[in-house]
Amino acid sequence: MIVCAPTLLAFSSRPAKAAPMRFRDHAHLSDEALVALVARSDEPALAELYDRIGGIAYGLAYRILRDESLAEDAVQDAFLGLWRAASTFIPERAKASTWILTLVHRRAVDLVRREERRRTEPLDDAPEAATGSAEDSAWLHLERERVQVALRQLPDQQREALELAYYGGFTQSELAERLGQPLGTIKSRMFSGLSRLRELLDDGAGKESWTTTTS
Amino acid sequence: MDDHHELTAAYALDALERRERERYEKHLATCEECREELASFWSVAGALAHGAGGPPPPPALRERILEQARSERPNVLPFRKRLTVAPAASLAAVAAVLAIGLGLWGSSLGGQLDDIRAERASERQAFEIIADPRSRKVPFAGAEGNLFLASTGTGAVVLSGLDEAPEGKTYEVWVIEGGVSHRAGIFEGGGGRLILALERPVPQEAKVAVTLEKDGGVEVPTGPPLFQTITV
Repeated sequence: MIVCAPTLLAFSSRPAKAAPMRFRDHAHLSDEALVALVARSDEPALAELYDRIGGIAYGLAYRILRDESLAEDAVQDAFLGLWRAASTFIPERAKASTWILTLVHRRAVDLVRREERRRTEPLDDAPEAATGSAEDSAWLHLERERVQVALRQLPDQQREALELAYYGGFTQSELAERLGQPLGTIKSRMFSGLSRLRELLDDGAGKESWTTTTS
Repeated sequence: MDDHHELTAAYALDALERRERERYEKHLATCEECREELASFWSVAGALAHGAGGPPPPPALRERILEQARSERPNVLPFRKRLTVAPAASLAAVAAVLAIGLGLWGSSLGGQLDDIRAERASERQAFEIIADPRSRKVPFAGAEGNLFLASTGTGAVVLSGLDEAPEGKTYEVWVIEGGVSHRAGIFEGGGGRLILALERPVPQEAKVAVTLEKDGGVEVPTGPPLFQTITV
């Protein structure tokens, strides 16, 4: 009657993860609740967060670093940073996944600059960065498509600035030099690019577009 | 011209050099407008992360991270002195900065709807209790979930797998002390999981129970608990 079995539940933004049995306890919690548990040294909560975000995190780190071992280092450092600092996370209005991916990105960019191995060409057709259930893979695939479609809708110069900065790890000064533009122009392209991308993602333009094959 | 404001996009993309980054972070501590803009840009950057592609991680990475975390237990002592500076130690500092940026964004937007604000404040308070390593965890019997009790006696309830209350009904939480039930909050259920701060403290020798009541809640429970904790 009232209390139902903990099966098919609703989730905030991401489908349930088919986590290994021993961690199933946490499968229904939001990312934010998991971070709160990580702050209590709850290891299964850390494992669950890794299962949800680790694939994306590694894919991002690999795209920046183009090296498996460095990408692993970046992801490991970020998750350990999370393990140590989870109690500083403030869940109001902020997504825990954003926070974790920001940590991963920061670490990967610091590593790529130190290693002097920045690359700009896009990845070859890499396999999907998903290791979980079919449902999960499908969601990640759609999300990836949605972002890529939105990126393609940006003016070329804005997209170039965003991609070189975010995926390439270039600083704004390096971009100015590389593209032969004044620093102010680069700043403005990054600002306009992010703002426009935000609009595209917010109003679901990307979402509509992935249902059609033309762009 | 204020140079800092226009650096927000570059900061969100991690496109600043170290010194520029530090200067911007100093500015961030004093500028509400930039914090709002930054949090918003960060979520766009988070979307970019999803668009990165890249291969799946090697399976061993998961265990390596968990093993390393395990070896660092307990991670819950604040301001723990470290003998060596581990590579990820600075990450913790970064994490703290990021949390401040993201968190303050939320509170700055909170001025519009009081009930949403109250709800958020309740969840925030509940998170603080759950996140406090000194809090005690007491399981519910008859439902999947726990009561977390802070050392001060304030409590938070985490429940999952609870159906949404039927039309015209609401769940009501009670603190039962010496056989007397005191109301401690209402909620609707559904949505997978629920995190709720209790409106009254839970004293020693009391327990926490949940009943189903008519909308808006009642002063005295009308039926036996659906589920409850043991005596705390």
